[in-house]
Amino acid sequence: MKDFYLVYKNLTRKKLRLFLTCFAIFIAFLIFGAVTALQGALNSGVEMSADNRLVVFNKINFTQPLPYAYVNKVRSIDGVEHVTHANWFGGYYQEPANQIVTMAVAPESYFEVYEELVVDPQQKASWLANQAGVLVGERLAKVNNWQIGDRIPISSSIFSHKDGGQTWDLVVEGIFTANDPQIDTGYMVFHYKYFMETQSWGGDYVGWIVLTTEDPALNEQVAKAIDENFANSQAETDTDTEKAFNKAFIEQIGNIGLIIFGVVFMAFFTILVLVGNTMVLAVRERTNEIAVLKTLGFSSPRIFRMILTESCLLSFLGGLLGIGAAFLVVRFLSEMMARFLPNLVLGSDILLQALGYMLLLGLITGIVPAVNALRLNIISAFARG
Amino acid sequence: MNQDNLFELNKVSKRFTKGKETISIFDNLDMQIKRGDFLAIMGPSGSGKTTLLNLLGGVDQPTSGEVWFDGSRIDSLSESQLAKWRANNIGFIFQFYNLMPMLNAAKNVELPLLLTNLSAKERQQRVDTALQLVGLADRAKHMPAEMSGGQLQRVAIARAVVSDPKLLLCDEPTGDLDRRTADEILEMLQLLNREFGKTILMVTHDPAAAKYATHTLHLDKGQFVREGGVPAEEVSL
Repeated sequence: MKDFYLVYKNLTRKKLRLFLTCFAIFIAFLIFGAVTALQGALNSGVEMSADNRLVVFNKINFTQPLPYAYVNKVRSIDGVEHVTHANWFGGYYQEPANQIVTMAVAPESYFEVYEELVVDPQQKASWLANQAGVLVGERLAKVNNWQIGDRIPISSSIFSHKDGGQTWDLVVEGIFTANDPQIDTGYMVFHYKYFMETQSWGGDYVGWIVLTTEDPALNEQVAKAIDENFANSQAETDTDTEKAFNKAFIEQIGNIGLIIFGVVFMAFFTILVLVGNTMVLAVRERTNEIAVLKTLGFSSPRIFRMILTESCLLSFLGGLLGIGAAFLVVRFLSEMMARFLPNLVLGSDILLQALGYMLLLGLITGIVPAVNALRLNIISAFARG
Repeated sequence: MNQDNLFELNKVSKRFTKGKETISIFDNLDMQIKRGDFLAIMGPSGSGKTTLLNLLGGVDQPTSGEVWFDGSRIDSLSESQLAKWRANNIGFIFQFYNLMPMLNAAKNVELPLLLTNLSAKERQQRVDTALQLVGLADRAKHMPAEMSGGQLQRVAIARAVVSDPKLLLCDEPTGDLDRRTADEILEMLQLLNREFGKTILMVTHDPAAAKYATHTLHLDKGQFVREGGVPAEEVSL
């Protein structure tokens, strides 16, 4: 600790250089924090997927429906535990820009398959009893300030109501939560039967089927059995785990992981070169001073530690400011984009990762000048002037 | 080793290898420095003054021979042991002061004390005393860039004496100063020698500076010579 003042004075002796170097580190950690939080938000669906949950879609693509009869056929396959189904409604509230994730589901089985969702039994009973009832996720209800008993007009950008228009009057019968705060509750579900009876296209189809297997080890076997069962039919199926489906869905945008790795790698590589070079120059300028310290009796390992401490301090100074700014940016964006990226948060895992990178950056950029100082010969240093 | 001697060099040789050539700086050099002495070493450039100072200051080691300090051999100490030995026993005063530009006078003087176990309060007391001794108590918070050459050298002297070393090694301490300021610095060194009993070894080109010492040795081509260039068989003071 006695050397800390010396380290601090060395670090702050050239204010402009300190500012510019810190700024470079600040930007790198700002990018790291924001981009990693974005990756986390995009991947949260994948991470939260249940291990034993499978999704059955039309093989053509996931926008094509499946015959309703498939639901019972899937239920009869060995290894299947629970089965439910859902239809995409394409809902919005008041304005098309205000999109609401709305699905028409099988009310009895939906909560068997999605066990992580929690709903008060009384509210669930009320919902089951009311065909025009809707269960709203906690986050969605909070965003729109909806309460139980509210009558909410939800319009569809795809379907028309039999009575004309595209709006369904739904009644909030309950608000569901989840047993993990990371699980998204930014959507609503209403009765499949009511949807089919009231929409003008009619028909007897489902959007997709979701099922749980008795054991995750059976996933592959069950998926294969389902797809083989509907092979060469009018609507062939493509069955995959929920995790794989969510991952593939995200990757439609592109290989997010690779893009993010590229951005973060470039940012860190740039500051590594920049800060490393700055540290080497800063210490080289002090050759004479280091020789003086050694002459006075400061041991080489002690000077080595002082330089590493200085580079780590620099890294933590810029890094903590950067990650702090990233935290504010992410918090601002999470409020702005709550509907699209519900899990956009800069959590403790990212913070710990960032602290690790700060330490690594400090050690890597400080090691060369520290070793140079360690090896510095007093006589040669004074001879160089 | 004679108890009156603080330093003894016994048959010390120092050679450097430059490419295929071996350059001998000293060959079987003997020397004794008595406790409480103020010794000036003079000699032309390349005579080995700085190398001698480096050997005595423990920043360089002889190729052969023995270096004794206060009853202990120091020529076989490791680098870290020498660093500790320097911190405990030697005060250095350089021609160009070699103060840390980012530290104020008080913090510069405190540097050798960071190597001790003294508390912050004790360190502060010692720094205040050292600065008072060199007449710069009112300049404690001044940065090196705000001080004259004479003041900088006085801060350097305060830094050299603050840890109460047994020996002060001065490398051309007045080489960068005008005559008047140089005399003030030399008077200060004389005071430290006479009043505080500090043993001082000063390397200088300046005959006027050497007059402040109690003894002067002339070094030429790695040998002590009498004034006028006559080789001395043995130098004992």
